[in-house]
Amino acid sequence: MSEQKNGEVRIGVYVCHCGANIADTVDVKAVAEYAATLPGVVVARDYKYMCSDPGQELVQEDIRNLSLNRVVVAACSPSLHENTFRGAAERAGLNPFFVQMVNIREHDSWVHSDREAATEKAKDLVRAAVRRVYFHKPLEKRRVPIHSEVLVVGGGIAGIHAALTVANSGKKVYLVEREPTIGGHMAQYDKTFPTLDCAACILTPKMSAVKAHPNITLWTYSEVVSVDGSVGDYKVVVKRKPRYVREDLCVGCLQCIDTCVFKEPKFDDEFNMGLSKRKPIYIPFPQATPKVVVIDPESCIQLKTGKCKKSCLEACVERGAIDFDQKETYEEIHVGSIIIATGFQTFDPRRMPQYGYGKYPNVYTTLEVERLVNASGPTGGQVVTRDGRVPKSVGIILCVGSRDENTNRWCSRVCCMTSLKLAHLIKEHTGAEVFIFYIDMRAAGKGYEEFYQRVLNEGVHFVRGRVAEITDWALDPSEEGKLVARVEDTNTGFVRRIPLDMVVLAVGLEPQPDALNVQRLFGIGCSMDGFFLEKHPKLAPAPTYTDGIFIAGVCHGPKDIPDTVMQAGYAAAEAIALADTGYFELEPNTAYIVEEECSGCKSCIPLCPYQAISFNEEKKKAFINEVLCKGCGTCVAACPSGSIKQNLFEDEEIFSEIEGVLAYAQ
Amino acid sequence: MPDKPKIAFYWCASCGGCEESIVDLAEDILEVAQAVDIVFWPVAMDFKRKDVEAMPDGSILATMVNGSIRTSEQEEMAYLLRRKSQILIAYGSCAHTGGVPSLANQFSREQILRYVYEDAPTVVNEQRVRPQPRHQHNGTAVSLPEFRGLVRSLDQVVEVDYYLPGCPPTPKLLKQAVLTLLSGNLPPKGTVLAPDTALCDQCPRKETKPTDLKINEFKRPHWTQIDPNTCFLAQGIICMGPATRSGCEAQCISGNMPCTGCFGPTSRVRDQGAKILSSLASSVNAREPEDIEKILDGIVDPVGTFYRYSLAKSLLRAKVTR
Repeated sequence: MSEQKNGEVRIGVYVCHCGANIADTVDVKAVAEYAATLPGVVVARDYKYMCSDPGQELVQEDIRNLSLNRVVVAACSPSLHENTFRGAAERAGLNPFFVQMVNIREHDSWVHSDREAATEKAKDLVRAAVRRVYFHKPLEKRRVPIHSEVLVVGGGIAGIHAALTVANSGKKVYLVEREPTIGGHMAQYDKTFPTLDCAACILTPKMSAVKAHPNITLWTYSEVVSVDGSVGDYKVVVKRKPRYVREDLCVGCLQCIDTCVFKEPKFDDEFNMGLSKRKPIYIPFPQATPKVVVIDPESCIQLKTGKCKKSCLEACVERGAIDFDQKETYEEIHVGSIIIATGFQTFDPRRMPQYGYGKYPNVYTTLEVERLVNASGPTGGQVVTRDGRVPKSVGIILCVGSRDENTNRWCSRVCCMTSLKLAHLIKEHTGAEVFIFYIDMRAAGKGYEEFYQRVLNEGVHFVRGRVAEITDWALDPSEEGKLVARVEDTNTGFVRRIPLDMVVLAVGLEPQPDALNVQRLFGIGCSMDGFFLEKHPKLAPAPTYTDGIFIAGVCHGPKDIPDTVMQAGYAAAEAIALADTGYFELEPNTAYIVEEECSGCKSCIPLCPYQAISFNEEKKKAFINEVLCKGCGTCVAACPSGSIKQNLFEDEEIFSEIEGVLAYAQ
Repeated sequence: MPDKPKIAFYWCASCGGCEESIVDLAEDILEVAQAVDIVFWPVAMDFKRKDVEAMPDGSILATMVNGSIRTSEQEEMAYLLRRKSQILIAYGSCAHTGGVPSLANQFSREQILRYVYEDAPTVVNEQRVRPQPRHQHNGTAVSLPEFRGLVRSLDQVVEVDYYLPGCPPTPKLLKQAVLTLLSGNLPPKGTVLAPDTALCDQCPRKETKPTDLKINEFKRPHWTQIDPNTCFLAQGIICMGPATRSGCEAQCISGNMPCTGCFGPTSRVRDQGAKILSSLASSVNAREPEDIEKILDGIVDPVGTFYRYSLAKSLLRAKVTR
């Protein structure tokens, strides 16, 4: 050890019992006694809870009284308490980056049962840290200023709530929605569980509030196409697709729709799940926000062939809002943080052909039935089958595309309650016998169990069993003209055949089909199932690993409306807090290029997952933007001439640590 | 007139190319010979080991040893010259990082001896006779040096003051080194007497290296027509330039051959081969394991490619053959 270089190194080692968590498996006293014998160690102690105030005080007193200049804490994971001990050191006047944690809980006591071996392992790990901390250098956290503007991507209930919350705090918000209107899936729902509030009644005021809010710039029919920069200053480019109607001139009188050359609507209405038709010029639904019509270039004769009477243009001649020459435009904005609320898609039940969706007209998805029971839906609220009959018996199949090894393994969380709600509404609308086929009923949530009891009392039949198939093959006259659910009722032990007029598939929630593109565009992570990854599943469920980017709603994982709203509010609060702080502190464990050593071979540049490295054409050297660098170390490992260094992970630190941990083998 | 400073040259396990490079000084050698006394140089001058043993310790200003250390005799000479010299210089790749001979560290002593004296197709040795360190011949004891289990760089045997890299070092670097020694203005001990940036820095093809190599295929130089103006890596030809110290003036590149890494790594790198591997592997343009495998199959003899001159000094040093 080169004493000249680092001055006199005085190390304190602190071994935590973590109550019984560590001390039961690791002989913490023996570890502390061993640590005291290591070169450079001035003091080594064990203590019941190092993270407690007295525990931290112990470290601080030693720093002051024994002139410690290095601290090793053998306790839990640094992701839990590294900041705790860095803070303690800092309060005692020591640069916080002279602290090194050793994880003898998750990496040792929790995964071993042999006390002797676990104790030896703890000693090895402590020795590695002692050798490493010797080479630590004082580091400073850098601050970057934060733009107060916030971008919200996605205009469903999550995006709407987040945008309103941020806007109400006085910050400017850009809300970008891909569809012609905001509202998302919630706008398609009829009632909401468990209170049976009308979804539109509670949602549309919030939609109007977005449109009217002076702090919100609403861009519908628009998509984010590029994201550059980093926390505090993201440069975002938004593509605004042409709707062929000028948003600033259209007042939503809808006369153009009436006069369209198509007398009858003949194109599938996306909002009503194809259960009704619309014209090429249309408005998705009466409360669409903004209330601006849109022309579908795929079905409009003028846009397809250029040969149309253009009667819509005549109807709007005074306002002149219709503009067939509209082109896509691009807006560039700078925002300090981004909230991603891009939602979900529902499972396509054609992937489970045994349920006959797409084959039997009277098999529906829950989302289609939401539209059927809705007063402004395709049937005006009449629950009638596709062949025009009022069903006398309806079966709702749960977990279609959820909790299934063959499709999606996760629970979609909303299907049980949605099905209870629809059972209630169908019964209310038709008086039909309703069967719910379930694996487990999951009614966890405020008022949910009570609602379940209510539907039970209403006489809905609950059949516990996974439906094997839906068939139209009648075995006896009672099944003629009906669909038959073949199911093992696991409560009674019988295989049953239940004739039904209508089958509803409670389809699960899935990541959007382009979620991977969104993930790459914003540089965030994704869990195995394709939903966006939060920074911590319990303590940071809206932040992501990319600073200044937050996620809200089902794009993060299946959840119901209240949970979505809570997460959206939380994401908004994080964005507001960031903007109000005015700056962001960067972890100093970043990589940097030693310019005079760099050969300009560019090997590092394409490897950076955060696009933090660029090539300085003038100097012919690579350059790392430390604001963008997350300290992953990829470039450091790959630099063929060793000219990239990383704070806290310099070669001598890492090699000493490795030598330390392997020293037992010598 | 005071004595001129004394200089010595010696060779261990080497090919002789380093000796040639000294002669390559051409007429400059006269300048050197004028400034110094060459007291020991087995290739060119008739001095013996006993002459060196007779010199006072530390009486030689500088000794340049080329070649790596494989035998007991080479060890002994390294110790001896270390003792007699104020400055010991590892001259050339073999002394510096083990060189080509250290590729033999992939095999055990037994494997090597068996192949060379028994199994090689050109060998006829029915009695399976192998050289022995001690042998009686007509009543006379004859001896051979011991053949050690590993090839080592010079600094793995004795303390080394400076290194002149290259296979072989260029006359220009040698001349500079001698002038530096004579000036008395010595760099810190352990310095490699060549620039400390990678070769790309001086490469005439630097401009043509793309940011993202996206390697779809590795080609060996003799399999392909090499474009004389484009970065070798951009052509799928492995070039050690990014991981190799400069100072050779890109001579191979100018001869339309890729860098093979003889100048060794920069001072910041402990393992030249691992570094270029880490960098090149990241540039393979495939995602699926089998596609990656297919591209990597184009690298024939990875150890001989990436560790051609540096296996002895790498983190691995040798293959465990026990």
